[in-house]
Amino acid sequence: MSRIQKVFSQLASQQRQALIPFITAGDPRPGLTVALMHALVAGGADILELGVPFSDPMADGPVIQRASERALAHKVSLRQVLAMVAEFRQRDADTPVVLMGYANPVEAMGYEAFAVAAKAAGVDGVLTVDLPPEEAEECSGVLRAHGLDQIFLLAPTTPESRLKAAARLASGYVYYVSLKGVTGSANLDIDSVASKLAMLKQHLSLPIGVGFGIRDADSARRVAQVADAVVIGSRLVQEVEAGEEGLAERLTAFLASVRAAMDTARA
Amino acid sequence: MNDFLRYDQPDPRGHFGQFGGIYVAETLMPALDELRIEYEKAINDADFMAEFRYELKHYVGRPSPIYHAKRWSEEIGGAQIYLKREDLNHTGAHKVNNTIGQALLARRMGKKRVIAETGAGQHGVASATVAARYGLECVVYMGAEDVARQSPNVFRMKLLGAQVVAVSSGSKTLKDAMNEAMRDWVTNVDSTYYIIGTCAGPHPYPMLVRDFQCVIGEECKTQMIDLIGRQPDAVVACVGGGSNAIGIFHPYIDVPGVRLIGVEAGGDGLETGRHAAPLTANAKPGVLHGNRTYLMQDPDGQIIETHSISAGLDYPGVGPEHSYLKDIERAEYVAATDAEALAAFHDLCRYEGIIPALESSHALAHASKLAATLPSDQIILVNLSGRGDKDIPTIARMEGIQL
Repeated sequence: MSRIQKVFSQLASQQRQALIPFITAGDPRPGLTVALMHALVAGGADILELGVPFSDPMADGPVIQRASERALAHKVSLRQVLAMVAEFRQRDADTPVVLMGYANPVEAMGYEAFAVAAKAAGVDGVLTVDLPPEEAEECSGVLRAHGLDQIFLLAPTTPESRLKAAARLASGYVYYVSLKGVTGSANLDIDSVASKLAMLKQHLSLPIGVGFGIRDADSARRVAQVADAVVIGSRLVQEVEAGEEGLAERLTAFLASVRAAMDTARA
Repeated sequence: MNDFLRYDQPDPRGHFGQFGGIYVAETLMPALDELRIEYEKAINDADFMAEFRYELKHYVGRPSPIYHAKRWSEEIGGAQIYLKREDLNHTGAHKVNNTIGQALLARRMGKKRVIAETGAGQHGVASATVAARYGLECVVYMGAEDVARQSPNVFRMKLLGAQVVAVSSGSKTLKDAMNEAMRDWVTNVDSTYYIIGTCAGPHPYPMLVRDFQCVIGEECKTQMIDLIGRQPDAVVACVGGGSNAIGIFHPYIDVPGVRLIGVEAGGDGLETGRHAAPLTANAKPGVLHGNRTYLMQDPDGQIIETHSISAGLDYPGVGPEHSYLKDIERAEYVAATDAEALAAFHDLCRYEGIIPALESSHALAHASKLAATLPSDQIILVNLSGRGDKDIPTIARMEGIQL
């Protein structure tokens, strides 16, 4: 059983949902990332999504764009991100780490070289925003061969007819984008998320995480009532942007408040 | 040897060999499916095509003439240079051929709002123009650096009723404008049609932009016969994304003996690294803006900031079909530097009384180099893709002249 599967099955047996925070690797500077990852786990993270900085983050709003720019000012590369995961693994053998980013850095490294290095570093899953199932066949095969999960996005616009391809290639969990827009948008509509998730669940056996637009304990609690996992990104990156002072403690405290609210979700 | 007579690209999923494809976030996938299906219906609909042709004739002023640049050819002292005068189109460039086609598609799909990205501003102007013509709301994304260097076009777009959004992220040029347009589209996908200006982006854009631009090459094939009784020995066009080039190249792909030469922006010179010439500089393939293509990138896969005197060529990638034409060796790609383009710009002004766009001046620069090496019975057809009025402030600034 993979680390990701283990997390979801444990949580399911406790009737709890996974909390998945996102930060960008190397933001605000590379030396801080591993400490921030541990701080997120201390706050109650079940899985970590670590953003791989990219020069042209087309699906991201201004907050995560700036995070990428700060990381790239330190020339943070995909190989360095993998080194950060390896360092994180020295003290945390259990929390799954999913890399989230764009296709080109992975393409530049080559699927096989990337998969080998990612597995060795202790990465569990990979989410490539601009690699939909139609173009993912080859990458998917390589990742699977190395025991890495490929996480796919599903969206409010995704019709039932497209779910088959995603269901065939996806593993670990799927990531439902709660709204039409970029990361950090603010028009989350829980009712429409709930009805779409009901449709998705008819076709997918994997756990479903929901992200985009979840900004506080209350929205996290409401999403946890309908989803298997809650993803929070831009709100945490704003915390990073606010300055280094007390950053790890602030991230831990914020996540702990979200965790507490989520644990009342289905009480 | 490839059989160019049976050239039939892309495949049904938008691949030109290893290039092209659909590399976008899930939210946009259904919109691209819808566009592909609607486009196929449209081009098989006689009424749609008749309206497209009517607009090209009566609104754009097509066919654009071919003109023998006799004085300049004599001055160079080699092959004869002929110019396909896309600069004489309404709005002053080839861009309008495509925006008319796409605006008609948008209207057919019931979209009331169109968005566009622009570099030099020519595609922005062409989009704002057709939006006014068909009564559509229009937002144009333009890199902040380009807003500064192409101010006449910014004002033209505003006059035409478009909203121009200056994009300050990244390198503040065309690629960043395209990122921002994609973000708008993903947010407003139900109401909005994205008019991509070049033969890049996710399938079906590279195909449909090419198809709408092919009117250029189709006209040339007839006009050259009328003018000189034969096809040219070489066809030369500038390549940023490459829409004017693909429009004149594509109808010639299956014509033996016609060299196709794309001219990229050499900037300060390929050896300096400050250029926008992924094909000539042998960049590696990569994925950006929805398609796989040759792409200027660092070893970590980050996109490199490009440099060109011409905003319209200042782009790190190139349309995927050009990458394919390079690989199968049907087209050749070379670069012209800023200085060479500027010299050709002045030549055309002085010898022919035509002020060319800086983009097109790259094609002219290479054509003059090539012409000098060839006998006088050889014919070089250059796509003069746009007029240079928009570049007058840039030229004045470079030459230290206060306007």
